[in-house]
This record gives sequence, structure tokens and C-alpha cells, in this order.
Amino acid sequence: MHELGVTENIVNITLAKAGEAQANKVIQINLVVGELSGFVPDCIQFYFDSLSKDTIAQGAVLHFESVLAQLRCRNCSTIFPPQDTRWSCPKCGGQSVEIFKGRELYIESVEVE
Amino acid sequence: MKKIEVIQNILEANETIASRNQQLLDKHKVFAINIMSAPGAGKTSLILQTLTRLKDRLNIAVIEGDVASTVDAEKVQGKAKAVVQINTRNMPESCSLMAAMIESALKGMPLDDIDLILIENVGNLICPAEFTLGEHKRVVISSLPEGDDKPIKYPLIFVDADAVIINKMDLLPHVDFDIAAFRRSIAGLNPKVEVFQLSCKTGEGIEIWCSWILEQAKTNVVKR
Repeated sequence: MHELGVTENIVNITLAKAGEAQANKVIQINLVVGELSGFVPDCIQFYFDSLSKDTIAQGAVLHFESVLAQLRCRNCSTIFPPQDTRWSCPKCGGQSVEIFKGRELYIESVEVE
Repeated sequence: MKKIEVIQNILEANETIASRNQQLLDKHKVFAINIMSAPGAGKTSLILQTLTRLKDRLNIAVIEGDVASTVDAEKVQGKAKAVVQINTRNMPESCSLMAAMIESALKGMPLDDIDLILIENVGNLICPAEFTLGEHKRVVISSLPEGDDKPIKYPLIFVDADAVIINKMDLLPHVDFDIAAFRRSIAGLNPKVEVFQLSCKTGEGIEIWCSWILEQAKTNVVKR
């Protein structure tokens, strides 16, 4: 639902980096999106097509690397994927857990020519 | 073809403005609370109760975020020192307040005459979790009719909260809400969080919540 502003940032960062590298065209943008981050790749793609129009990023491929959610037990440090409605540690049964992976939202790299 | 390494957080632009907002608030010794919840959980009711209890002790301003309408701003008008309504309908994001919206709202507020700003975010448990505004404390309200599974379904908003309010406690006899299970889920995700059980309708528990605000405001910013 909040992908428009996020996509604006993606376009701005990409154009700035491509400009620094004196590129003529952006071929691909590699994004890392965590499962828990609440951003929908299709939605980002939709806005990207419109926001990148008439820029050197027009037509660039958006490549999404999805990061699955992982939790870490605060008691025994076991790392495990969240189960549907139970977030307790499969090893010690501890219920105090932190999000270890899955909140990512960043541009990893930009491919230009 | 050339690959440029970037590794840049896409939300950085929002976070930069948020820290600028907090610097401005700190300079004027204003304490700000970002209140988030699903629609109908009781954000406006909590703000009204808080205004009633604390208006003689603190100068309180309210920033209302809604997709459309000014109904919430009208309700708090008269009790608050200043009210700013933000309608997100025509903004790039309509589902959450963002730091830039707060930045413009703060420009029109008499910050030297304000001790506390209550920011009512757009009713939503997903989007507001991603955007910091420059607030000092993040508060999430869950109400009994929503069910006790919300921390598992929408973990991010609970992970970053400083306080969680369980509202509509007066409905406990009528709904299947396991308070102990809810509190366990929250404590598991966020061991430092404060939890308040209250009812904005009956006023039960509001006193303790207001004491927490006074204590936090005193610790974080002192004007007088």
C-alpha cells in the first residue's frame, strides 16, 4: 500500500548512482526485500514503470531477492523460521524471540552500461 | 555492463527527515508520541481521554492523520492547544503518516507553547510500522474485538513499540480474547514493552497510562 513513495526512492537512488557512474542506461536494479517488510514486488514494479519513464532507468529490470523471515531465540540463540501462529523456539521452547532476518528493504546493486 | 554496489536502505530518505523532526522537537522541549492501531481500536478515544486528564498539567497538541475528513480533528478541537489535520488522500502514501508530513505540520505549530504532541497515525497495522516520524515513543493500541493474535500477524509494529495498550477492557466478558496469551506474544517479541489494560469508554486504567506519559515526558524533555 505504501509502495509509491518507496518506488520514488528506488528511482532517485538509482538515478543518482547511475549519474555518478556516468552511465547511459540502467539495465537492472537488484533489490533485497524481507518477507516481513510488507512491500509487494508487483506493486513496486507497477509504480517503477511509470516513475522511470523518460529517464535512463526506463525499461530496467527490477530483480527482487526475497529474504525469508528468521527468528532468534533470546534464550539459546537458536535461529528458526516462524511457525504460523507459534513463535516459540523449537529447541528450548523459549517464547522470547527477536527478528533475525526478514525486515530488509534495500538496493543491493545497480547494473548499468 | 557495469555493476555498481549500492547497499542503500530505501527508507533512508524518511529516516533522515524523522531525525530532523526529533531534533526540532528536542530543541523546543516537546515530547511526541506516535499512536498507531487498526481502524476503530480507539486512537481518537484515547487521545480524548488523555486530553481530559492531562490538559491542566501539560499543553498538548494533536496531529491527526486520516485518509480523508476532519472528523477526528473536530472532536479534539477545544481540548487541545493546537490541532493539525493531515489528510493523506492526495499524498504519495495514503496508508500511513510519513516524516515529511510531520515536518510540514510542525512548521505551523507554536512549539514553544507545547509540551506534548499526540500524533494519531492512519488506522493500519502494516504501513505505519515502516515509517518513523521523529517521535520519542511509539504506542500501539489493540482492542479486544480484534482478537489476541495480532502480534503474531503483524509483528513489526509490536516489535518496535515502546508501549502497547489493550483497549475496550469493558468488553472482556463478551469476547474470546486471551489476555495472558496476548501479553505473552508481545513480551516474547519485545521484552521491554510497557503494557496497559484500559477502557476509554469507562475510564478504567486511563490514570495509569497518563502517569506513564507524565513520567516519560519528564524523563525525555523538561520545559518547566
